[in-house]
Amino acid sequence: MKGMTLIVKTITRLLLGFIFVFSVSIILFGHITPGGGFAGGVMLACVFILLVLAFGKKTALDIVSEKAISIWDSVGSLSFLEIALLGFFGGFFFKDFFSKGSPLKLFSGGTILWSNISIGIKVFASLFAAFMALAIFRVRRER
Amino acid sequence: MKSEHLLPLFIALPLGAGFLIPLISLIREWLADVIAIITVSILVVFAMCRLSDGVIIYDVGGWTPPFGINLVEDGLSGLFHIIIAIVSFLIVIYSIGYMKRYTARSKYFCLLMLMIAGMNGVIASGDLFNIFVFLEIASISSYALVAFGIDREELEASFKYLVLGGLGSSFILFGIAFMYSITGTLNLADIARVLQRSGNSHMVQFISAMFIMGFGTKAALIPFHAWLPDAHPSAPAPISAMLSGLLIKALGVYCIIRIFFNVIGFNMSFSVVFIILGVLSMVIGALLAIGQHDFKRMLAYSSISQMGYIIFGLGLGNPLGIIGALFHLLNHAFFKSLLFLCSGAVEYATGTRDLRQLGGLWKKMPITSATCSIASMSISGIPPLGGFFSKLLIIIAAVQAYDTLGPTAYFLASVTVFVSFLTIVYFVKLQKMALFGALPEKLEKVHEVPASMWSVLIVLAAFCIAFGVMFPWFIGTLVEPAYQVMLETSEYIIKVLGSL
Amino acid sequence: MVPYILCMILFLIGVYGIIAKKNLIKIVIGMVIIEYAVNLILILVGYRSGGAAPIITSIEGASREASTFVDPLPQALIVTSIVIGLSVTVLAIVLCLRLYEKYGTLDILHIRRLRG
Repeated sequence: MKGMTLIVKTITRLLLGFIFVFSVSIILFGHITPGGGFAGGVMLACVFILLVLAFGKKTALDIVSEKAISIWDSVGSLSFLEIALLGFFGGFFFKDFFSKGSPLKLFSGGTILWSNISIGIKVFASLFAAFMALAIFRVRRER
Repeated sequence: MKSEHLLPLFIALPLGAGFLIPLISLIREWLADVIAIITVSILVVFAMCRLSDGVIIYDVGGWTPPFGINLVEDGLSGLFHIIIAIVSFLIVIYSIGYMKRYTARSKYFCLLMLMIAGMNGVIASGDLFNIFVFLEIASISSYALVAFGIDREELEASFKYLVLGGLGSSFILFGIAFMYSITGTLNLADIARVLQRSGNSHMVQFISAMFIMGFGTKAALIPFHAWLPDAHPSAPAPISAMLSGLLIKALGVYCIIRIFFNVIGFNMSFSVVFIILGVLSMVIGALLAIGQHDFKRMLAYSSISQMGYIIFGLGLGNPLGIIGALFHLLNHAFFKSLLFLCSGAVEYATGTRDLRQLGGLWKKMPITSATCSIASMSISGIPPLGGFFSKLLIIIAAVQAYDTLGPTAYFLASVTVFVSFLTIVYFVKLQKMALFGALPEKLEKVHEVPASMWSVLIVLAAFCIAFGVMFPWFIGTLVEPAYQVMLETSEYIIKVLGSL
Repeated sequence: MVPYILCMILFLIGVYGIIAKKNLIKIVIGMVIIEYAVNLILILVGYRSGGAAPIITSIEGASREASTFVDPLPQALIVTSIVIGLSVTVLAIVLCLRLYEKYGTLDILHIRRLRG
């Protein structure tokens, strides 16, 4: 894949940053506004998918290599599991051990913010990995 | 840490190991094996620790049952936990030797750990939707594991399994949606309480049909069995053992027991459905198994037939039938895993699974042959092995069912005996074609599999013998508590929610 | 009642796709249609006519707002079930690609080495 025309590349270059920031904000404010880890993670993956479509897969893989995707994938899920396990300090698995904070502020809602972040990482990594697995795949006809 | 806190670790540990393995295998490939072994051995220890404690209700996140997610560990879960822990421990040890032929072992162990986590989750979970989620975790990893060899047969089998399994899951979710709409809750005990108050409506019948279709697909009962004879032979041998020994039980039979005995409440109409499904599976599975020439394919059809026994025993609904079914389930987990691992050992040594090309392996592979014979004898019901007693219990239960079923009961008992005879027929065929007879020239250079593999076979065979010789003890410690759980719906509600 | 019946029809269309179509990709699409039918039913179960989205906008009026909400639980379930459906679909598509690589066709009439 070489990438698309100049028009697409320019527009993509302009848009990418905004989509990226929007997706991060969706992840971070997931506990007080609509959205959350999954929706934000999908958008974050879309940033890279757009990059692949517009510039070719080499550009995207230079930023996040296949190995890095695999690592992020595991890190996202492990950190979510860790939040659950840390709940043991509060007495129960998945116990909300953080301070609740004042409502409708960023740092409120206990562990939900941190869970959303790790879910976002996990969803981004797995979706992008799935996309790359399908995009890189080359059909070799045997027979 | 109190022992009740071990319960979420049944799910968290293999899940964590599953995600840790791809990370750590970037450093060294063999670390994946180490982590897998450590995880499953810890699970065995946990399952043993849990054996003596009574019922445990664990509130995840400290939220009390009707509102929060809770994990329930009672006799029934305990039985399944211990089966899963021991069999998966042995299978992981076996895999280390067997999987040397494949690449990407870290991915194999990752998926295997996720599958164990999913099965443990299904068993520990106390609400309907978590059962669905964990069921899907286990199913998706098993779809991927069936295709692990990425050859033509594996891919085709996996696709078939995926489509049928996905359809089954959709039926389950369908049932869950309607269940939520009529009861307004997802907690199993709370659903049971609401249903007890509102009585048995047409909607409940409809939901039950959905659940029977969905979980029947997972348990490979006969009208829904089409995926199993393809998926089980195509997978790598340890995965076949895992699927046949554990997955169809944990996802199929366990959920059927939990939902129909503890939540909806067992009655005569379910009994009839279960008996019909069970008899169909028993007879057709056994008849189809006789005609097979593929070692593992024959075992796969045999699995369908034995699952029929279990569902038939449950459907009879009398104490002996249920105990016999649970004991047969325990037996089947061990001897069918053993048989699949033996087929894996034969394939490992000779490179083929076709019974027509095998023969005379008795002299070349004594340990595999001996263990395979023990398992075959147990499954076909030769005393004093475990399979004999469980089948005997089910047959006696069928005769006892005369009170409820009338003369049909005698017919059913004779069908059960006849299927038992058919089982002997196809296992004698398997023994004769694979282990005895003349050794083909091609197989002159065959020798026994490595020690890490045959030691597992011996341990499983020892279990098969122990189930027969010490069957009152096993029934007393493992099966009896599980049976107690299934007796009364209100008991379950009181245990989980504290009151009716 | 009508939305439920429409969902059932959608479900049956998916089943038809799985049973009658000969192309692997169309079978996968049939599976996806079934998933969406089930998801729609789940969201219908939680719907209340005239209900508001379950988002609390102010702390003072929280309890008053909550009484007008649609049931949020099925929506949470659907997100989970969508994720599950996504992973199943990705796996199915990867299997289709692999099968195409091995057999050179997506027609199930030519992909049948397993029988008996």
